[in-house]
Amino acid sequence: MGSEYDDNASFTDYSLGPEQLEVIEQVLEEDLIESGVHSVMLIDMAGNIIAQHDNGEAQHDLYSLAALASANFAAVDTMAKIVGEEEFSLLFHKGESENIHFSKVNPEYLLITIFGKDVALGLLRLKVAEAIQKINDVW
Amino acid sequence: MAFVNMKTKEVQAKIVFYGPGRGGKTSNLEYIYSKFRERIKSEMVSIKTHGDRTLFFDFLPFDIGKIMGYDVKVQLYTVPGQVKYDATRKLVLKGVDGIVFVADSQVEQRKKNVLSLKNLQENLSTYKKSIFKVPLVLQYNKRDLKDVPLLPIEVMDKDLNSQLKVPSFPASAVTGHNVVPTLKKIISATMASLQNVLK
Repeated sequence: MGSEYDDNASFTDYSLGPEQLEVIEQVLEEDLIESGVHSVMLIDMAGNIIAQHDNGEAQHDLYSLAALASANFAAVDTMAKIVGEEEFSLLFHKGESENIHFSKVNPEYLLITIFGKDVALGLLRLKVAEAIQKINDVW
Repeated sequence: MAFVNMKTKEVQAKIVFYGPGRGGKTSNLEYIYSKFRERIKSEMVSIKTHGDRTLFFDFLPFDIGKIMGYDVKVQLYTVPGQVKYDATRKLVLKGVDGIVFVADSQVEQRKKNVLSLKNLQENLSTYKKSIFKVPLVLQYNKRDLKDVPLLPIEVMDKDLNSQLKVPSFPASAVTGHNVVPTLKKIISATMASLQNVLK
């Protein structure tokens, strides 16, 4: 088969140690949950949950949510390429009482935020941008 | 691309059921869901068309307990089998750790099986993965059908498995025959491939 294949591609171990995960969870809590976000997940593009935090009240089926969120992001990203965009910068679904915001952290990770009416979208985007910067500093 | 969480000692691995349209991929997941209902805490997720065909994928998270001290969660996915859904099929393969190829045993589906396996090889190569390296199990489904001509197992082996030489199971997703052995085989093959990560 030769060199066009990456033999290690089937098991990427992200080399995230417990300390790094600790820092990421702390960022999710302090930057997002304490700003009024109901639930937040750092997931990878394959739909695995890397880290998660919520306000103790949100009871979502997180594994299904992660699978659907990564698939949704991938589908939208592919649509962007088809219409000639590098990416769509704002991915946000608005509901009656809950909203979902998607943000790309880097080519491998997504940050999924679930929040209610009490958090303004502008503030959320600001907080998410700050959190992403801190998460990227962990690597 | 399994995720190993060293902090919570948890492994998440992605297993995809691939194969031609109407071959029984969704039926495999439905059987697993009904069989292990008490162990699967969440609902099975299906994104399908009005005609009940898989549009994007089915998803079933399955907690298989502890392996080597890790709490192992396998995420079972199906792809849409219809040829026209190749773009979404490719997306589902992203980060795959193990594959079950569900072939249709009916004589008239012979060509579709071969084309779908070839399509799997092509789609894997876009993620730089080789079909010869990824954990893979073949399932020759629909052995229970009585009124239509079926391909002999030897012919299916020759068509699909002569180069791959991976484990294969004659099965019936509708009756459940060999569905669980297929699942166990792909889980053990997938975990074996993750062994050097889980030291």
